[in-house]
Amino acid sequence: MSDKSHDPNQMTGAAMIVRALIDHGVQHIFGYPGGAVLPIYDEIFQQTEMQHILVRHEQGAGHAAEGYARSTGKPGVVLVTSGPGATNMVTPLADALMDSIPLVCITGQVPTHLIGNDAFQECDTVGITRPCTKHNWLVRNVNDLAKVLHEAFYVATSGRPGPVVVDVPKDVQFATGTYHPPRKSDVHVSYAPRVKGDAMQIRKAVALLASAKRPIIYSGGGVVNSGPEASKLLRELVEITGFPITSTLMGLGAYPASGKNWLGMLGMHGTYEANMAMHDCDVMLCVGARFDDRITGRTDAFSPGSKKIHIDIDPSSINKNIRVDIPIIGDCGDVLGDILQVFKAEAKKPDIKGWWSEIATWRARKSLAYKPNRDVIMPQYAIQRLFELTRGRDTYITTEVGQHQMWAAQFYGFEEPHRWMTSGGLGTMGYGLPAAIGVQVAHPDSLVIDIGGDASVQMTMQEMSTAVQFDLPVKIFILNNSYMGMVRQWQQLLHGNRLSHSYSEALPDFVKLAEAYGGVGLQVSKPADLDGAILEMISVKKPVLFDCRVAALENCFPMIPSGKAHNEMILPTEAADPAAFFASGKALV
Amino acid sequence: MNQPASAYFIEDRHDPNETHTLAVLVQNEPGVLARVIGLFSGRGYNIESLTVSETESQKHLSRITIVTTGTPMVIEQIKHQLDRMIPVYRVVDMTLSGRAIERELAMVKVRGTGEPRVEALRLADAFRARVIDATTESFVFEITGNSGKINQFIDLMRPLGLVEVSRTGVAAIGRGPEGM
Repeated sequence: MSDKSHDPNQMTGAAMIVRALIDHGVQHIFGYPGGAVLPIYDEIFQQTEMQHILVRHEQGAGHAAEGYARSTGKPGVVLVTSGPGATNMVTPLADALMDSIPLVCITGQVPTHLIGNDAFQECDTVGITRPCTKHNWLVRNVNDLAKVLHEAFYVATSGRPGPVVVDVPKDVQFATGTYHPPRKSDVHVSYAPRVKGDAMQIRKAVALLASAKRPIIYSGGGVVNSGPEASKLLRELVEITGFPITSTLMGLGAYPASGKNWLGMLGMHGTYEANMAMHDCDVMLCVGARFDDRITGRTDAFSPGSKKIHIDIDPSSINKNIRVDIPIIGDCGDVLGDILQVFKAEAKKPDIKGWWSEIATWRARKSLAYKPNRDVIMPQYAIQRLFELTRGRDTYITTEVGQHQMWAAQFYGFEEPHRWMTSGGLGTMGYGLPAAIGVQVAHPDSLVIDIGGDASVQMTMQEMSTAVQFDLPVKIFILNNSYMGMVRQWQQLLHGNRLSHSYSEALPDFVKLAEAYGGVGLQVSKPADLDGAILEMISVKKPVLFDCRVAALENCFPMIPSGKAHNEMILPTEAADPAAFFASGKALV
Repeated sequence: MNQPASAYFIEDRHDPNETHTLAVLVQNEPGVLARVIGLFSGRGYNIESLTVSETESQKHLSRITIVTTGTPMVIEQIKHQLDRMIPVYRVVDMTLSGRAIERELAMVKVRGTGEPRVEALRLADAFRARVIDATTESFVFEITGNSGKINQFIDLMRPLGLVEVSRTGVAAIGRGPEGM
């Protein structure tokens, strides 16, 4: 026997995978076993450093890992089998790519000699996941495995974060090879994301900011991704410049909702003041956002009179939708730090009193107002009460996708980054429940609430079983109106009020459903009972399905209709007579 | 603005299209070409011509030359999207640099006898095309040059009995002593 047999770095591919995860500090992994990953599951069984969370569907594992990643800043790790295991992961991968969430997904694959043979549970995983990952690898040789795994972690977490897939055939998991711990040379030399912003561009940006009469800061998810330091710097910049600030859906919490310069979220369902300020500003500082179509409205009428500064770590985000005047490629945190330094040294706070008084008149329109109701719970009221009663607690919020998501963004005040997990880019219904599970795994003692809708939440309801199995007391707060509310809203606005398949004729009894899973079910339909029920939900130390029966036909305003600019929003007061409003729906576009 | 009922903002873009030649240096690893082509199809970009071959085998480097069309904003996007791919080293816009040589090779099969056959041979000579295969009733010509010259040659061969054409697509390289 050679000395090699005693080399501790000699191990099977399956052991290497577990070892690499541990070397990267992974404490939790979300997954589902199957034929092509059994050797890895065997290794997981024989160790104690990392906990495996068994989900009920691979999509749940993916979203849980996203919630885990978004709430911790660490990569989320997923392990699924070949074929259907991998295809079920496609939605979370696409979701994570759109929202720049770092995920490392390990998929099993049929043995190398069977690849291409239409073997049992075979699919072209790298082919299928190529357009929905930042990068992916098929590892054919066990001696490449360590390098690929280390590179996978680096690629997922550096630059603009994103999901990666490492596809490992079963024979490679069984084969013995040499492992090495992470080292610098494990990374493609062709991959070197730029972190530091160009000094000249930063000087130009500061000069422009200092000369602004009607400035606005428009921040996004990139600030959150950059880490807590970036949010601190953003707050400092707002403080020393005195500028108003708005944020995308993904960026909520980077600047506190209670901050005096906060205008609320912008975009399709953003506040009137935020969108009007975007439209009329003369200098726009975009930090870690990407001028998405839900933000810009009509691009040819987007903020027509402004000079635009755009900070982004991904050069392909620059000039994609909107032409900007001063692009700065770099990490938000780094660039904000440099801007602050130059601003403090060379510029002084511009006088923008006139701009603030203009903003005050827009604020006075109270664009988030809704008609209170004493008999029926208004969905906005439910979110407001949830916010008030969880205020000051250590709370994390996830959402599904639809009206409830927009109401959550409008009415729940986020004070800190990493507290808000939502599917922004892909708009994945069914994201919130598994994401809440991932958040709760990372923060076992915190209050984790999924604000859901009755339709979305049923898409991944099976994960209640995961929550019960792992004692994860997630709270599923369902705004139940029996409709796919956002679909219905668009049908009312754009399709002549023909409500094609947007009503759920048969909903489960959510209370009984919760009990069937071993959780707790609560139901409330009167505004007077709401507070008590929310407090009960908070105090229960088990997973809760909270069936909050809300006004069935309420719609989400304000709203920028399609084909319109920021200054052509529909306000709730204008939408007060739904019949008249919807009758003219067709004419709106 | 008139547009159909849609959850998306539908706009007409009026910027004129431009044609650009891009040279892309990539790590030669499995799937890299699929990534590049998938990017073009996935994002709706045009490929007019694409050539690829390993150029430095020790370093596992391949060079892809792509001819594409789009508005200036789309061309800029294409370059950034290519550049951010993990196995891509560099993307150079050969059209912007303005100092690039572009060449293509074509093999052109022409069938005929009598006067057309003599005429084909005469034209081939004028275009510096070489005869690389001949029978008593056909020729295969090999011609290199820029795409315009090859198009012109093919057009001339058409009435003289053109049977088929195989083209390599465009390869490009910058003038002067510097590499990309």
